[in-house]
Amino acid sequence: MARFAFPGLLVALWAIATGSGWVKSYQFPSPHDVAIELQQLAISGALWRDLAISIARVAAGFAIALVLALVLGSLVGGSRAVERALDPTLQAIRAVPSLAWVPLILLWLGIGEAAKITLVAIGAFFPIYIALVAGIRGVDRKLVEVGTSFGLSRGALIVRVLVPATLPQLLVGARIGLTQAWLFLVAAELLAATSGIGFLLTDGQQTTRTDEILVAILLFAACGKLSETGMRALEKRLVGWTDTVPA
Amino acid sequence: MTSSARIRHLRKAYGEHLVFDDLDLDVARGERVAILGASGCGKSTLLRCIAGLERADAGTIATTGEIGVVFQEPRLFPWLTVERNVAFGARNAAERARVANVLALVGLSAAKARLPKELSGGMAQRAALARALVRDPQLLLLDEPFAALDALRRIELRAAVSEILEFTRASAILVTHDVEDALALADRVVVLAGAPAEIVFTGSVGEDATRGAILGALGVGEQVSVPPSRHRARTS
Repeated sequence: MARFAFPGLLVALWAIATGSGWVKSYQFPSPHDVAIELQQLAISGALWRDLAISIARVAAGFAIALVLALVLGSLVGGSRAVERALDPTLQAIRAVPSLAWVPLILLWLGIGEAAKITLVAIGAFFPIYIALVAGIRGVDRKLVEVGTSFGLSRGALIVRVLVPATLPQLLVGARIGLTQAWLFLVAAELLAATSGIGFLLTDGQQTTRTDEILVAILLFAACGKLSETGMRALEKRLVGWTDTVPA
Repeated sequence: MTSSARIRHLRKAYGEHLVFDDLDLDVARGERVAILGASGCGKSTLLRCIAGLERADAGTIATTGEIGVVFQEPRLFPWLTVERNVAFGARNAAERARVANVLALVGLSAAKARLPKELSGGMAQRAALARALVRDPQLLLLDEPFAALDALRRIELRAAVSEILEFTRASAILVTHDVEDALALADRVVVLAGAPAEIVFTGSVGEDATRGAILGALGVGEQVSVPPSRHRARTS
């Protein structure tokens, strides 16, 4: 129950602050107004449409990032030569602030779905890639040696020792990557979108509907929290064998 | 007598440091040889060469049958249960069928569903021993297998290993710096010393390989029955 106490307190303070007239309702609508707005969006179907499209963009971008990170991370983590060839470039790309990509991506891909999914993929890629490379590099050499002492082939060593040993790091990277995916989605949807949760933000701003903006913010918080919780549950299920305090 | 391991003219160097040059060693079938020596003298390197984990620079190592390796640390795969760790090296139905037997042999049948993080140090090392036995090795290589254990666990596991070696009739090479380990488990004691390392003493337990003779070969006075590595640390 403790986890609900603090959000409950925040909502109570929010209700008191708006109900007493201490903050103006057009600046900061009451919890009740926000709930009404949420209900209306839900009844009209707009809420579900925007939610679904945002989730689809995150899912697509995240999936692309995951595949690319698995391929490039395995290559870079598995070979020093590939690392020397690829890693400096990838690190330089990583250093570019996310929004700097936007003009280029819009010019290349237009304002359609491809541009948004690409931006999400860029955001999700690096945490997964970096965690995977670190995971492969950090595999206990002594465990690999046990495999070698049983005469395992290189392929069998990868499948039976390296993959399971790397999985905990990879999953942490995937969890952070998914959080990043939501961050980059906001950037993508704020700039050019006619649908999605980010569109609710811009729409609310243009029509000075603070309740709509707050609904969008709450939706982002809920989606981010839910995906984080889901990823943690996956970690617990798949790598519960780790002998460390969960991060 | 057929041999279990036959090493001839072994040469191994790490850069400038020559570990062995022209080392010979034979282990007869069913024989248990303890290799003693100060820390860093090359005894573990020798074992790693026999296990195929290090490549010798010259010379030959011929072994017969399967080799099982037990390391200083248990080195269990943390994502596998005890049972699956033990089954790791099993390649066929016959070897998989041995898993339950070797678990019983090391006294871990009741703990087979546990993860390594749920084991004590002694239990983990027993599991590692069972894993090394699953292919029914003819030669067991033991690299300081008791070093990470406290005194009581050490005595317990030493007794367990002794029973297992009796039972399996496997040959064994035990690398240790502890004279008591050697006297309790080995038929023959070999002392390595020098750089490059040479066999400076070899003797049968119960005959010429007495505590005094081994300590003498290690360069330690008989009254000080501490491992040579610690002895050095105290005097330097």
